[in-house]
Amino acid sequence: MSDTLLQAQPDLLMDTGRVEPSDVRTEEMLINMGPQHPSTHGVLRVVLRTDGEMVLEAVPHIGYLHRCAEKIGENVQPFQFIPYADRMDYVAAMNNNQGFSLVIEKLCGIEVPERARHIRVIVAELNRIASHLVTFGAYGLDMGAFTPFLYAFREREYILDLFESACGARLTYSYITIGGVTHDIPDNFVERCREFLDYFEPKIDDYNDLLSYNQIFIKRTGDVGVISAEDAIAWGLTGPCLRGSGVQYDLRKALPYEIYDRFEFDIPYAKPGGTDGVPHGVVVGDSWWRYFVRIEEMRQSVRIVRQALEQMPEGETGIKRPKRTGKLPVGEAYLEVENPRGQLGFLVVGDGSAIPARVKARGPSFCNLSIVNHVCRNCLLADIPAIVGSIDMVMGEVDR
Amino acid sequence: MVAEEICQRLQQRFGADIAAVNLEGAHPHAVVAAEAWPEMARFLRDEPDLRLNFLRCITGLDLLEDNKLAAVYDLMDVTPSGSGPKYETRHEFAVRIEVARDDPHIPSVAAVWPAAEWHEREAYDLLGIVFDGHPDLRRILCPEDWVGHALRKDYEFPMEYHGIPGSTEFDLPNPRH
Repeated sequence: MSDTLLQAQPDLLMDTGRVEPSDVRTEEMLINMGPQHPSTHGVLRVVLRTDGEMVLEAVPHIGYLHRCAEKIGENVQPFQFIPYADRMDYVAAMNNNQGFSLVIEKLCGIEVPERARHIRVIVAELNRIASHLVTFGAYGLDMGAFTPFLYAFREREYILDLFESACGARLTYSYITIGGVTHDIPDNFVERCREFLDYFEPKIDDYNDLLSYNQIFIKRTGDVGVISAEDAIAWGLTGPCLRGSGVQYDLRKALPYEIYDRFEFDIPYAKPGGTDGVPHGVVVGDSWWRYFVRIEEMRQSVRIVRQALEQMPEGETGIKRPKRTGKLPVGEAYLEVENPRGQLGFLVVGDGSAIPARVKARGPSFCNLSIVNHVCRNCLLADIPAIVGSIDMVMGEVDR
Repeated sequence: MVAEEICQRLQQRFGADIAAVNLEGAHPHAVVAAEAWPEMARFLRDEPDLRLNFLRCITGLDLLEDNKLAAVYDLMDVTPSGSGPKYETRHEFAVRIEVARDDPHIPSVAAVWPAAEWHEREAYDLLGIVFDGHPDLRRILCPEDWVGHALRKDYEFPMEYHGIPGSTEFDLPNPRH
């Protein structure tokens, strides 16, 4: 066994009587985790080089869902690409629609009507809540807690019903489109949305009682897979993974897009354990914080939706119909939006024709996942699901 | 700092290595020589008033008409805005490097921004740009025995892969023609 393991687990020494010498294999072993492993959230394959219980190297192999969406983007008109953007991060399709629409609007200089901007913020923040609920439920499953998953999906159902009433779809919406949204929200949407927020907000405390402050959960995730703030920035981590390392940074505040500069909200970030109501046993940058930042973000999203509902004016919800033969100007535009998983960026190059010369998507999960090998070195095999799960990738967007 | 000033700083320091600056439009960037890039990357990252410490994205481009490939590096800074945990972004910038299409070599900057490691692998996989000095340059999205680079404009879709037939049955006519 390696010395590092003995330092980490001194009671595993031969003379403590817990370990039989005949049980100990001393050669290194390669273990394939995935692509069909329940705790890898889709088709992620991680090749682990192990020494006993110790992981020496964890190399992610991706691409099982690769459809080359960027090549498709070079062959269709921008408004035709929106459904493909849905299918990148299919857990947060609204936010993807928003990112792609915004970059085309930036490139072409399209103005979006006020009402549409408010609707966009409302559905994007609701989708953030729905996405974090999936993460919350699935991460509980990874850690062996089945119950939170059922509660998370019960609440997510309300949001999907709201989306269904607005656009007819429940997963891949294509609702936010270039120049606005496809159609106005139904008459009772605002009322039903407020009802949901009133119902949902107290539930967040229940989640904390159920899972976040559960001692078993804290033991599994606290001080596991610690990423320093410097590493997080250097490896291009964004979203909850960056804020979980104690960096209070959010694109909605740092480089406000849409109308986020009009709303009041806080940016949750990691604080040391034992202070300010933070439980003991967690440290800044660990898996628990990456998880918990998401829970706190749901509260902030509720705040934003309430303000947007309050301020929403009457009026147009989009440009009449995107000009199907409209040409893109010669030039390029790059824009990032704050997705539930981090910063989703699009670079679009126009060459004067109706089809973009290049569509590049910067998937937040792709960048967040690239740190896995760095952070999983010299940790225990049983901690791998805790670390990989806390990064919360959606493979559709990693592989694109 | 706006893009104009960053370009001026680069021109002062690197002079002839800056082939062109493009400040018009929505995506201001400088076109620079490939050889000077690692040193320039360190300069952009470490200079106290620039501190472009965050690599957002590397985009590979195929410029078939100019017989060139290009890589676009989108950068920004994530710096503490005081002594507290709050961070902010003061400026964004982009750098573009163009290389010959038949021999595309760009020095790797994975040592400057570790985030570049996977982005460079992706550009290598899909466009065939070789990043010299990369710690582990192999395909990332396609299988390792895949032939060709899918995002090149003259890429031909394979009609067979390990006995699996490809099909152009559903291909629509090229919308550009």
